[in-house]
This record gives sequence, structure tokens and C-alpha cells, in this order.
Amino acid sequence: METQKTVQIVVVGNGMVGYKFCEKLLAKQKNNHDFAITVFGEEPRVAYDRVHLSAFFAGKTADDLTLAPADWYTENGIRLFLSDPVVDIDREEKLVRSHHGHVVHYDYLVMATGSGAFVPSIPGVEKDGVFVYRTIEDLELILSYAKKAKKGAVLGGGLLGLEAAKALLDLGLQEAHVVEFAPRLMPRQIDDAGSRMLQSQLESLGLNIHLGKSTQEIKGGDCIEGMQFADNSFLDVDMLVISAGIRPRDELAKIASLETHPRGGIIVDDQLRTSDPHIFAIGECALAHHMIYGLIAPGYEMADVVVTNLIGGEKSFSPFDMSTKLKLIGTDVASFGDPFIEEPACRTIRYENKAKGVYKRINVSEDGKQLLGGILVGDADQYNMLLQTCKSKTILPPDSEDLILGSRGGEEAGAGVMSFPDDALICSCEAVTKGMLCHEVGENGHTTIDAIKKCCKAGTGCGGCLPMVKDIIQGVLKEKGVYVRNVICEHFDHSRQELLDLVKMNGIRTYNGVLDHFGHGDGCETCKPLVGSILASLWNENILEKDRATIQDSNDRYLANIQKGGTYSVVPRIPGGEITPEKLIVIGQVAQKYGMYTKITGGQRIDLFGAHLNDLPDIWEELINAGFESGHAYGKSLRTVKSCVGSTWCRFGVQDSVSFAIEVEDRYKGLRSPHKLKSAVSGCVRECAEAQSKDFGIIATEKGWNLYVCGNGGSKPQHAQLIATDVDSATCLKLIDRFLMFYIKTADPLTRTATWLNKMEGGINYLKAVVVDDVLGIADQLEVEMQALIDVYKCEWKEVVENPELRKRFSHFVNAPVKDPTVQFETMRDQKRVKEWA
Amino acid sequence: MEPVKNTKDRITWHKACHVEDIPADGGGCALIEGKQIAIFNFSRRGEWYATDNMCPHRQQMAVARGMIGSQEGEPKVACPFHKKTFSLRSGQCLNDEAYSINTFPVMVKENQVYIGL
Ligand code: SRM
Ligand SMILES: Cc1cc2nc3c(=O)[nH]c(=O)nc-3n(C[C@H](O)[C@H](O)[C@H](O)COP(=O)(O)OP(=O)(O)OC[C@H]3O[C@@H](n4cnc5c(N)ncnc54)[C@H](O)[C@@H]3O)c2cc1C
Ligand code: SF4
Ligand code: FES
Repeated sequence: METQKTVQIVVVGNGMVGYKFCEKLLAKQKNNHDFAITVFGEEPRVAYDRVHLSAFFAGKTADDLTLAPADWYTENGIRLFLSDPVVDIDREEKLVRSHHGHVVHYDYLVMATGSGAFVPSIPGVEKDGVFVYRTIEDLELILSYAKKAKKGAVLGGGLLGLEAAKALLDLGLQEAHVVEFAPRLMPRQIDDAGSRMLQSQLESLGLNIHLGKSTQEIKGGDCIEGMQFADNSFLDVDMLVISAGIRPRDELAKIASLETHPRGGIIVDDQLRTSDPHIFAIGECALAHHMIYGLIAPGYEMADVVVTNLIGGEKSFSPFDMSTKLKLIGTDVASFGDPFIEEPACRTIRYENKAKGVYKRINVSEDGKQLLGGILVGDADQYNMLLQTCKSKTILPPDSEDLILGSRGGEEAGAGVMSFPDDALICSCEAVTKGMLCHEVGENGHTTIDAIKKCCKAGTGCGGCLPMVKDIIQGVLKEKGVYVRNVICEHFDHSRQELLDLVKMNGIRTYNGVLDHFGHGDGCETCKPLVGSILASLWNENILEKDRATIQDSNDRYLANIQKGGTYSVVPRIPGGEITPEKLIVIGQVAQKYGMYTKITGGQRIDLFGAHLNDLPDIWEELINAGFESGHAYGKSLRTVKSCVGSTWCRFGVQDSVSFAIEVEDRYKGLRSPHKLKSAVSGCVRECAEAQSKDFGIIATEKGWNLYVCGNGGSKPQHAQLIATDVDSATCLKLIDRFLMFYIKTADPLTRTATWLNKMEGGINYLKAVVVDDVLGIADQLEVEMQALIDVYKCEWKEVVENPELRKRFSHFVNAPVKDPTVQFETMRDQKRVKEWA
Repeated sequence: MEPVKNTKDRITWHKACHVEDIPADGGGCALIEGKQIAIFNFSRRGEWYATDNMCPHRQQMAVARGMIGSQEGEPKVACPFHKKTFSLRSGQCLNDEAYSINTFPVMVKENQVYIGL
């Protein structure tokens, strides 16, 4: 481009993009007088912020919306003609002629004529009270007409239509309706489920939404009185805003014989050049890559491309990301990338929370590595992060559902704990942060749990952080490119899952057998309980028999929870929380006799604390004689199945939740698993049993039960997710069989179902596919394996009580029949408690 | 079989229990001279060990109830409370330098277990 003489630029249209073009050209030109700019605008006022047009109803003035005042144009030497549209172009002489007769020469002409509202040819659209929603003038007209109107409608449930509808509400109309031809709202941005969520949000604000409605006629005399639909229904309204889409303003281009598209739009190439190389088209009037970009961001980008080329640079306009995030009537709506791509071309993960009005969907590539697009309704906080992940083609973590569920544990999406900030507290007992741990692993080479415990004490307190510490070690090693295999410990070069399969195939039932076959050395406190758990999960034999007693973790070793001071607690099973007065009395008597502290637990049963090791078999003998069984409060096994009172007493109950809870608890009692299992059954949606915080939770419906899985309380609470609706009791149990067995077989040690799911590739959709749809074809086998475990269940305390050899082990001293004399108690609120430790 | 050398001039051997009283690859606690001694039957290695029963971490009388095993060949026991692990040979805590426990020589004769104090 020549720089000697001033280049004459004429801009047709003083809208948002036309203005941005001027601003950029001024900013980027090398010398002040490289370009002489003339702008023609059809509207009476200087360019304003159309995107925030609705703010006009909220009290903003036209001045507030102005992008730059008229002075700005003068100061920068721009000749500006307002209310003066260009009516003709003489391409040969390179001249434009305006409505008021100004004729101006151009070297380059920039068409920025934008678009107008598309008004469908429905009979009656010309009536008074029918408006479009594009300019400040349109809004002024609406404003004055609304004063005498009562019921208004908007034709079109897209982005602009919903904004207009909100405006009608704000204007104080008694009724505001949205009429959409498509079966969903915002059909270009969101899917059916997102639309439903948005719809319920909007309805709760007082909007009436009519979907799938084809308007046949606008009724009335001079003024609109109603809308007649093809399905013969009628809507009584006295004003209507048409927002049925946009139509590019290409009429001038047509007059000038520039190439336009039959469906509207001035055709441009990658440099935004029209069929005449001296004429560019930018913004909503331009058809680039076969499409009209109806958003402001691509419009601004187009302005930048033309400016860059005019000043001698090189830039082309690439297909623009149409991702959007808006706040519609207080509701976040966002879509990005390819929001609609469907399975099987991708994997889709959806999250829906009706109570909160949140719907999220992400589309992940088939191999789970890339984010292709998604939709967010109700909560779009993760929009920027997701958009970045999508645009930059970041490799996704295996648990890609974290991307949208990130807020669960307050953590941002990413590779679990590795995405925590450095100052995140991992071990709260010893105040060790993630940053400190990363440093110990990365810088100081402490790459085992033991080494970490030693160098910074993390995990030496309650030990609850150990899984996270392990993830951090692995995460740092992975970042350093070290290949980490998830092996159990120095004695076994296998993962838990591998070892389980090996033990099963070889039918091994003792620890030493497992160690001899598949391990080396003497074992340790990591692999022993792990193998113990595998053996129990596979064969369900008494965990204290053969050589298995000494491989059990502290609590399992004595079938009771060890307490401060070395005494134990006793928790008899009380299925579903239901108990007879007779049994209550027995518990009281036993507690009294052995001097134990009693407390109702959070799991709807009764815990007796402070039992001496020596007394445990006697205590249990009395309980068992009264019909109690072990509650496995000490085991990585089924704890409680909580229930609400349900339909037998409750006025809202729709199913007998107590009976079903008891059935479920009886079915899975004693089932050993990688971590403890909790369940609950609620009798209706009020959810008094808190089933959605359980590893598997069941909520009654009119028709049957809804099954939720992988919930968790504890330190990182997480809601369970729905995998089956309205199933009958038998089906529900079948699905739980499969779910639990699949968990038992594949989870890492000491991993609750929630964490297991979070780490699962494919997330809940995959889990559902396995458990409900049986995509792996293993459902039958899982059910059979579960049934086998259920069939051999025995109360392990009953076995101990009846077996003198096992019973003998419950004594503090091997050489004296006395209890531990160092145990000390204090009194508190009329009960005893253990003395505080040092 | 008494490989451990005691620094004291003279060891007094105390009869603790029958070998059967201590589970294979596990421990038991004996009361000797008013002292609680944890005794371990490391049958996988054919070795016996004895230590204090009290864990120095929170003064809990529980070491005998811990799991035994090895770490790079070093025999060890893990306290059931917070899994501090102690070398059965030296008594040194292996995952926290701050702690250690006493170890005692063990002698097995005619199926009886003797502890040297
Ligand atoms: C007794 C009880 C508290 C109470 O007085 O109410 C209790 C007591 C213990 N809980 Fe709990 N939890 C009790 C209900 C809960 C609940 C509530 C529930 O089940 O509805 C939770 C949250 C729900 C959940 O698990 O998702 C709960 C989350 C935990 C956790 C954290 C688990 C997690 O995934 O984050 C632990 C630690 C662990 O298991 O690793 C734990 C561990 C423990 C242990 C077993 C710690 C231990 O190993 O010594 C406590 C000793 C019990 C004892 O000595 O008898 N307890 N604990 C409750 C027994 C319920 C029962 O009848 O079996
Ligand atoms: C209510 C509303 C809400 C919106 N919300 C969003 C949003 O949230 N996010 C988003 O990205 N986009 C939004 N948009 C779209 C955005 O406003 C447009 O993409 C943007 O205004 C396009 O800029 P433009 O300059 O191409 O067209 P316009 O802003 O329409 O400007 C074109 C101008 O050219 C004039 N003109 C036409 N023909 C001639 C002629 N022959 N001679 C002289 N002048 C002429 C027109 O009168 C007009 O002033 C919204 C639009 C509306 C109406
Ligand atoms: S969950 Fe429903 S049925 Fe059960 S107690 Fe609560 S209200 Fe009653
Ligand atoms: S009391 Fe032994 S480790 Fe804490």
C-alpha cells in the first residue's frame, strides 16, 4: 500500500464495527495523515453499544451507551455524516453518494452496514404495536407504546428475543410471553436439556414460554390484538416484539452489483475483500466462511484484519469461535466450541441440578483427551477455563467430568489435586501445603509416602491426607516425565486391581500364599490389609482365620474400632435404624454391665465406647444372644443403610423406605470393599435419609426407586449421581450388585466410590454404561459374584464368640488374665470418657 | 538362637509365654516385672523380637497389636494408632526420626519364650 499520499477511506455505517474500524485504523496508522476517513451513518446518533442496548430500559441513556462522542471524530479528523445513508456506489469512479447528496471519493470503501431485524412475512406484521429490537429508536417506540399495553409477546426465543422479553417484564407489562418456532430456546446456542433448564428459570421469573409454535397471523384492526398459531391456539396480546433473527444489510451492495449471498450477506474472502478488491465488508453485513457472524467479537476481529492489511501488514480472518457467555435475565448461559456434537462422535458428560437451575454439558473427544465444546446454563463460572481448554486443545485429565463438577470440592478442574494452588493445605494435622509437598518430591527427591512422612511429617497425623499425598507424588513424578506405575508397595509390583485378578484366578486364600506367589519380602502395613481386603472381597471368609488375623489393620484385627487409650468400641448392626424396645434394653444393659459410654451415631445406630480388649468377646456374646450382629463399624465394608420413616408413617412417603433399607442392609452386610460403604433409602424426594450423600443412595418415586451412586460425606463432600430412575426393588438391587462388585474389583485401595468415580475415565457416563447398559458384557458375572459373597455371609463376631481359639486372641496380656492397667477414664456428663492423651 | 547383643553386663531371662501364645507373623504383649513387653513371632523369617509395648508417639500401649513386616529388608512393626513404624532390630522409628523404642533379646527354648531384661 502506498504511503506517500493520503489514502481516502470511506466507511458506510457507523455501528459498532464501523466505529471499531476507525479506532483501530487511527491507532495503527504509521503517520498521522496516512489515511483520511469519511464515515456515513444512517442512524441519527453516533455509534453506540448495541450489545447493551437493553440497558436503555434499565435507565441508561443514549449518551451512556455511546462508544465515542461526536467530538472524538472531529478531533481525529474524521468526517462524519449522520442520518445520511449511502445510497449508491460508483465503483468505476470510486465514488459514493449519500441520501443528502454528498459525493465522496474513496481509495478503499469499507461496508459496515450491519444487519437489521428479520421480519417474517406473517399477515398483520404491519399493525401498530408490532416492533423490532435493534436500535435506540426501536426502544423508544416500544417504551412509549408499552405505557398503554398490558400483555406483550416476543416472537423468537433466541438470544435477542429473551433480552426483549426481559425488557417487557421490566416495562411492567402484566404478562410477557415468548413464542418460539423451534422446540427449544436459544436453538443456536444450547441443547434441549439446557433449554429446559433455562425455561424453568425464566418461568420462575414470570415469563410464559411457548415452544414449537408457528405464528400464522397477527390479529387485530389497526393495532395488534393477538396472535393466531398454526395449531389453532391463540394468544391474547396487545404488543409484539419481533426478534426472529437478523438479516444482513446488503441492499447497497446489491445496488452496486457486489457479490451477495441469496440468503443475505456480502460475500468476502479471508481478507474481507468483496468481489471488488477496493471494497471490504466487515461486521454483521459480511458473509465470511459461508456464515454471518452475529456477534460483536468476530466483528471487531474483522475490523482488525482490514486495518492490518490497509497499513501494509498481513492478516486473514480465520473461522471465528462463536463461543458466548451471557447473563440473560440473571441466568448465565454460555456455549463454546462445538456445543452440539453428539455421541458417538464424542463423549458427552452432562450435569444437571434442577434445584439450583444448573445444567452443564461438555463434549469430550472419543479418546477422552480433548474438550470439543459444551454448554453451561445457570452457572458459567467455568466458562473461561473451559473455553481456554477447548481452544488451546489442552490434554484433559482422565476425570474430565471434574471440568464441570470442579466446584464440588472447591477445586478448579484439572488433574485433581495437582490443580490445587500451591498454598492448598493437604495435611491439616501437620500444616503441610501442596507446594511444600511438591518441593519435597520434586526438589528433594522424597518420592515415597514413607520418605514424605519422614521429611515433612505429612500424613503422620490422622492419615486422611495420604491418598492426596500419593496423588501429589505421582503427579510431580509424572510432570517430570517419570513413568509411575501404581504399585502397592515394595513387596508387590502390582496394582490392587491386578493383584485381585491374580488372587482370584489362582484361588489363593491366605496372605502368605499371595505373598509367595505374587510378591517378595515379608510384607508390610500397606500390603497386608490390602491383601486382607482382597481376600475378604473374593471369598468372604472370616478375616481372623488362617493367617489372616495379623494382616488386618488395627480395627479389623480385633473386630472393633480402637480408641485413644487402647480400648475399643462396639457397634451392633441396627438395619435401617429400626430397633425394638427389647433390643434397646439389651444394649443398655450390656453397656451398664461393662461400663461403657453410649452414644447415638450419625449412622442411625448406637455406639458403645470404652470396652477393654479382654471384654469384647463377652460383650458380643450377650449382644448376639439378643439377636444382634456385627455392625462392621471397624471394617472397610458396608456400614449403615440409613432410612427415613417412609410411607408406613410419614404423610409424604411414597414407598416403604424402612423395609427396603433393611433389605438392602441385610443383603450387603459384611461385604468387604476397598473402602467403607454407606447407603440410605429415602421415602420421597424430601430426602430425609440423605441418600444423595452416600456411596449408593435410593430415593422413592411414585413408580419405584431412583438410584444414585458415588456420593460422599467426609472431608470432601460430593453428591451422588443418578444412574437409574423409577426402577423396581429387584432391578434396583441388581444394579447395586453390579455397581458394588465393579467398584470392589477396580478401585484403588482405600478409595471411596466418589474418588473412584472422579478418577474414572469417562466418568459417570462410563459407569452408567457399565452398570446399567452393560457395555462390557460383565453384568451377569458381577451379579453372580455378588450373590456368591452374599450366600457365604456369616456374622464374624458370632464365629469368634463360638471359637475358643479365636476368642483367646482377645486379651491384652498373653501371660496374665488381666486388663491393661494403664487405661484410665474420667467422668463427663454422668458417663465415662477416656483420659486425654499427651 | 540369640543374635542380639545387650549392652548390659548381665541379662536376666524372664519366661514370658508359650510360643503358641504369639500368633505367627504377629505380636502379643507380656507383663514382665510390671513392664509391658511386645513380643513378635516373625515366623516368615524364623525370627523373634521383643520391644516396648508403649508407642512413644502418644504413649499408647499398643505396639504388640501392630502389623509387622519389612522395609528394604529391615524388620519392622507399625503402631496401630498412627502407623509409626519401628525397626524391630534397633527400635528406631523409620518414618519419624524423633521416636524410638527399646528392644530386648528373645530366647526360645523348649517352646517357651524368654525375654532378656
Ligand atoms: C461413631 C461415628 C460418629 C458418631 O458418633 O456419630 C463415627 C466415628 C468414626 N468415624 Fe465416621 N463416624 C460416624 C459416621 C460418619 C459419617 C456419617 C454417616 O455415615 O452418615 C461420615 C460422613 C459420611 C461418609 O462417610 O461419607 C463419617 C465419615 C468418616 C470418615 C471420612 C470418610 C471420607 O470418605 O472422607 C472417616 C475416616 C475414614 O474412614 O478413613 C471416619 C472414621 C471414623 C472412625 C471409624 C475413625 C477411626 O478409625 O477410629 C471413628 C471411630 C468410631 C468408633 O470408634 O467407634 N468417618 N463418619 C459415626 C458412626 C456411624 C455408624 O453408625 O457406623
Ligand atoms: C439487543 C441486542 C443485543 C445484543 N447482544 C449481543 C451480545 O450479548 N453479544 C454479542 O456478541 N452481540 C450481541 N448483539 C449483536 C451485536 O450488537 C452486533 O453483532 C453488532 O452490533 C454488529 O456490529 P455492526 O457494526 O456490524 O452492525 P451494527 O451495529 O448494526 O451497525 C451497522 C450500522 O450501519 C448502519 N447502516 C446500514 N446501512 C447503511 C447505509 N447504507 N449507509 C449508512 N449507514 C448504514 C446501520 O443503521 C447501523 O447503524 C446484540 C444485538 C442486539 C440488537
Ligand atoms: S423422606 Fe419423605 S417419606 Fe421419608 S420421612 Fe422424609 S418426608 Fe417422609
Ligand atoms: S500412638 Fe503409636 S503411632 Fe501414634
